[in-house]
Amino acid sequence: MPASLVQNESILAIDIGATVTRAVMFDVVEGQYRFIASGQAPSTAEAPFRDIGIGVREAILNLQNIIGTTLLGSQDNNLIAPSQPDGSGVDAVVATLSAGPTVKTVVVGLLSDVSVQSARRLAESTYSRVVETLDLSDHRRPDQQMDSIVRSRPDLVVLAGGTDGGASRSIQRMLEAVGLACYLMPLEKRPMVLYAGNQKLANDVQEMLGGHAGKLQISYNIRPSLEVEDLAPASHELASLVMKLRQRQIKGIDELTLWSAGIVLPTAYARGRMIRFLSKLYESTRGLLSVNVGASATSVAAGFAGELTLGVYPQFGLGENLAGILQYTEVEDIMRWLQLDISPNTLREYLFQKSLYPSAIPATLDEQAITQAIARQALYLSVRTAQKDFPANAHATRTGLMPPLDLIIGGGGAVSDGTSLGQSLLLLLDGIQPVGILPVLLDQNNLLPLLGAASSRNHYLPIQVIESGAFIGLGTVVSVIASANYGDQVLRARLTYADGTEARAEVKFGGLEILPLPTGESARLSLQPLRRADAGLGPGKNGSVTVTGGALGVVIDARGRPLQLPSDPVRRRELIKKWHYTVGG
Amino acid sequence: MLAPILHVLPLTTIVRERLLPVLGKVNARVNQRVNPTDIVAEANFAREHVLLDVARTFGVSAITADKMIRVKEGDRLTEGALVAEKSGLFRRSIKAPRAGRVMVAGSGQVLMEVGDTRVELRAGLPGMVTQVIAERGVVIRTSGALVQGVWGNGRIDNGLMVSLLEKPDDVLTADRLDVSLRGSVILGGHVRDAETLRVAAELPIRGLVISSLLSALIIPAYQMRYPILVLDGFGALPMNSAAFKLLTTSNKREATVNAEHFDRYSGNRPEVIIPLPVSTEPEEPNGYEAFAVGQTVRMRRPPNAGMIGSISNVHTGLSSLPSGLRARAADVRLENGENVLVPLVNLEVVG
Repeated sequence: MPASLVQNESILAIDIGATVTRAVMFDVVEGQYRFIASGQAPSTAEAPFRDIGIGVREAILNLQNIIGTTLLGSQDNNLIAPSQPDGSGVDAVVATLSAGPTVKTVVVGLLSDVSVQSARRLAESTYSRVVETLDLSDHRRPDQQMDSIVRSRPDLVVLAGGTDGGASRSIQRMLEAVGLACYLMPLEKRPMVLYAGNQKLANDVQEMLGGHAGKLQISYNIRPSLEVEDLAPASHELASLVMKLRQRQIKGIDELTLWSAGIVLPTAYARGRMIRFLSKLYESTRGLLSVNVGASATSVAAGFAGELTLGVYPQFGLGENLAGILQYTEVEDIMRWLQLDISPNTLREYLFQKSLYPSAIPATLDEQAITQAIARQALYLSVRTAQKDFPANAHATRTGLMPPLDLIIGGGGAVSDGTSLGQSLLLLLDGIQPVGILPVLLDQNNLLPLLGAASSRNHYLPIQVIESGAFIGLGTVVSVIASANYGDQVLRARLTYADGTEARAEVKFGGLEILPLPTGESARLSLQPLRRADAGLGPGKNGSVTVTGGALGVVIDARGRPLQLPSDPVRRRELIKKWHYTVGG
Repeated sequence: MLAPILHVLPLTTIVRERLLPVLGKVNARVNQRVNPTDIVAEANFAREHVLLDVARTFGVSAITADKMIRVKEGDRLTEGALVAEKSGLFRRSIKAPRAGRVMVAGSGQVLMEVGDTRVELRAGLPGMVTQVIAERGVVIRTSGALVQGVWGNGRIDNGLMVSLLEKPDDVLTADRLDVSLRGSVILGGHVRDAETLRVAAELPIRGLVISSLLSALIIPAYQMRYPILVLDGFGALPMNSAAFKLLTTSNKREATVNAEHFDRYSGNRPEVIIPLPVSTEPEEPNGYEAFAVGQTVRMRRPPNAGMIGSISNVHTGLSSLPSGLRARAADVRLENGENVLVPLVNLEVVG
């Protein structure tokens, strides 16, 4: 019997972001779980509030006003749980959290291109910034390494190295440096330590670090042999350690942990869990990609045949780290996405000023355009960084392109706060630059991580909510790869609707074309590439596929891959305006 | 919805924690009056450590090595002092490579801290010590004017404040700085060149309070040894009128410039404190309150960034903004008489 029919419980899911806190209600309607509503409020992890509970209660109150169900007690302002005979309250709570300062992380391993890379990938699966790396090629003395760790004041140390039963002496030397560094730090500032190396040393690690680390967690080896990398068990332990760190840093998490019986997960981890699950469930032959451009970080979760690549990049977050993006990109790289004529210095000052007020939102059209341009570049950089860690079977047809995907799910404030759904789609296309034919969904209420957290209580809930249409279908995108000049015709497309009527498009290189196809409808799309263009069926190959509709319909993106923007700024701005106009302004 | 408060207050009670970065000794006591330059706590801390691996050097087990170690935890050693020795036909020894203190001795190793650095924590503001935090520092309480800023270069000092500001959008240039300003805290407008910062350092001055700074000057600003406090932000921004009125009317008063980094999680932020004598202690300011009609607010973002106004209406539900976004918003009457619709998240209450 399906768990949903047995449990039949209402679930309040709470997501605490760096700037926005959401309270979302999932409940059973006609025997199936549905997304009921979402209430939101500004997050209150930061000063002057310094207690996430304030924002959480305000978000719940807003949800309460929408659904008309009392969730908080009028006397004590506490959550009513379980649900009462009068209909008030909720049966269960789950939560995700991305608020909090970037986790300063020291990565320790043996070989710089083996265990250190695995440990780095593991660290990048949460809201961390690697501040120091130690490995065998590091010729500093142990005391210099130790001082270096102390100076970097880490919140977290990720230790890896050695295949199971393999090298141990070198790791022990590293352990010594980490242990002494922990010992030298004030008790309340000692870092969390995750050991995911040679399992033979687990007892030694416990003995050497157990008494000195802020908290020590020993996980399975992320590199059990040279050829195998398995991050999954360690990333679960890492998520748990990060939440313990947050409990130390942020007030209010203890109460949330109590409400949720311990189901409070880092948002990106919960999102990754859902993508892995969906990738397995739908037996995706290519890949599923979820991107989220948020204030605390831009995160990328990709599932290829059930294998997850999760990258969380606080350096590309649009909040307090915003100005830091200039360490990874030039101002001109952001300006290329702008249809406004402003100077590089104006944009530079904008980045620094905006990072002072992460929760502020664009009030004018110009500011919205700047925010969207920054979001495009943040997404572009994040996807390219994550792509380096995609599994070997996820190969692109050409260097510099994305591997073929089955689905993209976009979310995060900058994506879902577009002035129109067309703007949201265009941002995703510019930042990701997908290839082939695939549907694109918008997770407007940031449900994906909450579903990942809810799956801890009920396996059926995520599927039933997703299949009930909780995400907005933006449309099916056909990306055209061609070697042509701007304006050359590269594709003939014909969309045959269920009633037999047709829509046609003669697609020119450098343009965007839209064939309308409403949400919920399917149609047959025939593609006839010219000039050996590849419209997702292979270079120069004709064919037809069944496509599903969406808010935009079928979007044919013939702007090239990689996307080539004119170097002349006037012409580039005109072209960008034209593309924006095509998708609905 | 709750509103963060930017403190621009002519008279309030200010309570500030002053803490050492490492454990040390607190010199002040509860109910002691302190001046800004008083050293309330001090500490010695080692920037470096030396690990002497006795067992490995002598090629013996850790247990055997422990018997050869001649120092114990807490010992202060001079450079060349004996740390461990191996007796026998070929006598060998390990000596301290630098002067320092033994932190740990055991398990065949000796860990020393070397390169002692002394940290002196000054009170930073005049007032009464109300609490001593063991081995860390003190809590000081005072009364006076308080003006908060948005960015600081991490330094703190105090001196007589001299205003070079005639209007909120003034630009402070090097030619305005002369020797008569030596040892003072300068109140200026927008700074757009490194030369101004350098000339101020050469005088030298005790602090610089400005409306705005070009972001390209952040690195030079960190290099200055005097505190630099930015009130309104980066780019060419005029000083907000609330701070302008309060600070320009406090010319020639003693001021403490605490240009500490804005820490979003602790709530510590850069600020100017102008101590004032009071007969009755004023109330401590709130950190936040609910948005309400009549509140004085400061716009955080364009198109009226930095301007001060008064809330005339807080909209219920979501409002459509010119950007196309929808958010909770308020009508604000600006000082120039203009009425604007501003999202609540782009406002902070001044008070």
